[in-house]
Amino acid sequence: MARMKFLCDAERCIECNGCVTACKNTNEVPWGVNRRRVVTIDDGLPGERSISVACMHCSDAPCMAVCPVDCFYKSADGVVLHDKDLCIGCGYCFYACPFGAPQFPQDGGFGLRGKMDKCTFCAGGPEPDGSEAEFRKYGENRLAQGKLPSCAEMCSTKALLGGDGDVIADIYRTRVLVRGKGSDVWGWGTAYGKPEKQAAPGGKS
Amino acid sequence: MKRMLVIVMAAALPLGFLAGCGQERAPQVYKQGKYQGKPDTPPWENEQFKGSQTAWDDAIRRRAQGQNEYVRIGDAPGGTL
Repeated sequence: MARMKFLCDAERCIECNGCVTACKNTNEVPWGVNRRRVVTIDDGLPGERSISVACMHCSDAPCMAVCPVDCFYKSADGVVLHDKDLCIGCGYCFYACPFGAPQFPQDGGFGLRGKMDKCTFCAGGPEPDGSEAEFRKYGENRLAQGKLPSCAEMCSTKALLGGDGDVIADIYRTRVLVRGKGSDVWGWGTAYGKPEKQAAPGGKS
Repeated sequence: MKRMLVIVMAAALPLGFLAGCGQERAPQVYKQGKYQGKPDTPPWENEQFKGSQTAWDDAIRRRAQGQNEYVRIGDAPGGTL
């Protein structure tokens, strides 16, 4: 049984926000709701790193634990989803989530807080798969089409991996073993080859 | 007349308090800690996969390898994977 997870490779993320755009476009997420965002630390300094963050579909999700109306459930493939028809917009899940994943539309008057919206791993919700109601409430159900979340599949550098935890962990492990660690990861030698592999002096460039 | 009104109100007051005792407990349907919403169907229960979880698992695994450039690009380091 697959356990769907995201994994972001901070060495590869170039802060292009392609994942954010893909998510917005695929699921037609309204203004003010950010299911996914790119967080950068040490911006502009040596060692700057960016990471794409959304719901991490925790194995033991704190949002599920605190929800007073128990609108959360975990799908057969380990995706944390919720029923918007039950959600009362209390915001407990927002306080419990360590990733800031739950979002609340606030486009009404008097500080209105609507029903919670979050990343669904492109798995829709409890409405019939592929239905108009499902798309309107939760966005596109790509998993039911045999596809992975659009944010991961659109990532230009493949920094953001999505899929079965074991499979993407293997992909990441191979990548780390090939590229090495520390200063081997970046720099002239990594980009253009080590000195012995470069063109001989005097040769055509 | 005013005295009479006070006596009537004093007599009616305990009845008002007792009225609360007749309230029955509402039937409890809420189950603590259990999902209360609509049931969801697994992603392989549709026309494309015809209920075959194995077919869906294969499709997802194949799709995930699209993120692995060491498989997509044959002669890259580790390309024999």
